[in-house]
Amino acid sequence: MGQKVLLSSKEINIILHRLACQLLESHLDFKDTVLIGLQPRGIYVAQRLKKILVEEYGVKHIALGFLDITFYRDDFRRGDKTLAATQTKIDFLVEDKKVVLIDDVLYTGRSIRAALTAIQSFGRPSEIELLTLIDRRFSRHLPIQPNYRGRQVDAINNEKVKVMWKENDGEDTVYLVDR
Amino acid sequence: MGDLSVNHLLGIKYLKKEDIALIFETADHFKEVINRSIKKVPSLRDITIANIFFESSTRTKLSFELAEKRLSADVINFAASQSSVKKGETLIDTVNNILSMKVDMVVMRHPNPGAGIFLAKNVKASIINAGDGAHEHPTQALLDSYSIREKLGGVGGKNVVIVGDILHSRVALSNIFALKLQGANVKVCGPRTLLPKYVETLGVGVETNLRKALNWCDVANMLRIQNERLDISYFPTTREYTQQFGVNKALLDSLDKEIVIMHPGPINRGVEITSDVADSQQSIILNQVENGVAIRMAVIYLLASKIK
Repeated sequence: MGQKVLLSSKEINIILHRLACQLLESHLDFKDTVLIGLQPRGIYVAQRLKKILVEEYGVKHIALGFLDITFYRDDFRRGDKTLAATQTKIDFLVEDKKVVLIDDVLYTGRSIRAALTAIQSFGRPSEIELLTLIDRRFSRHLPIQPNYRGRQVDAINNEKVKVMWKENDGEDTVYLVDR
Repeated sequence: MGDLSVNHLLGIKYLKKEDIALIFETADHFKEVINRSIKKVPSLRDITIANIFFESSTRTKLSFELAEKRLSADVINFAASQSSVKKGETLIDTVNNILSMKVDMVVMRHPNPGAGIFLAKNVKASIINAGDGAHEHPTQALLDSYSIREKLGGVGGKNVVIVGDILHSRVALSNIFALKLQGANVKVCGPRTLLPKYVETLGVGVETNLRKALNWCDVANMLRIQNERLDISYFPTTREYTQQFGVNKALLDSLDKEIVIMHPGPINRGVEITSDVADSQQSIILNQVENGVAIRMAVIYLLASKIK
């Protein structure tokens, strides 16, 4: 199993700052905007972006929630394993808010499809955008595209993109792994 | 997190400690779901569940039905009193007829102990035992332990006393299995006539003095006298029973510490507990009911994901 580095810690940092600026450009003070990190791995991207926006760009208040999509997935009973849920933590309503869904890797688009259904349980957003750190652009099963993307990757299907975070995995690196 | 070790929920006796932990962890997520403004998830939209009740039930039946609907399963209900069982149909025939309408899971309550096990051996569906005679009532025991865990932060090491008609109670047996499996200390308390002869062999203590039992415990699970199962007279009068084994506010306030009061329902107010105890701050009776839906969602979700 070989793996190569797609993005180093420095590159990830530059990309996160660019994404933060792009969010700032379209949402300004984040008064009517909420960030939703998708469990389990999108929450790290979301937390980093919030940190940059608050600490470096002086945004006063940003609502951040975590959404677990397990119970909305379309592959229940189709695999061998029971789909294990993780925590959903959204302590605000998304009614009439602009929602930015945040995930680490956009692949088939099925998770995002599930997230679009799941978020309805918390109200009717005025609009929903999508931000992903990595966009595997030729692997989509559904007509879903990101509004903000970190890096486009042309990976083939038996390759896997692995995003590592310092707070969870000990390093900030994106790997391309042969399965 | 993994899979359940079983394909049916027939009793706590057949579960492992890890199964209970998995059910609780899953129930945590469902508890969050049922407190949203939209309380429904689409997980089980291609699953059909039959609720077959050969014995009366309010809470359990409603709770199961709600859990099934919150998971988006299709639900059919069947009460034996209005069915062909009255015309002489056997249990296997009844259930197989229901299953031939493409039903994936059966939730059954039956007056005979072992009815669920019998069914699991003879029909092709995932079976959940919602009470079989005086044998087991596994989802009740799970929600009881889950409520203790929620209130006290854990079950292991806690002292729990089960008070009342232990002899005829499926709730008592399932609770004993569940609590022991999770490392709690368990005592039973009641009139000698309503305690099973060899109950100590399950690893529980026996206490016939209610005040002593309550002073020992962290949690008291108060059971109802199962009048419908009392074939002979087990105690002189209800009044005498209440005097010796009923909990009232004065007794509760005179204890050395503040204990948690539980009751699986239905309550006979003024018999096993008085109204002011049932409605007091120390009672978690209504939390038990709320947790029942989350626990049943977790059990159904985990079993359904094993249906291929």
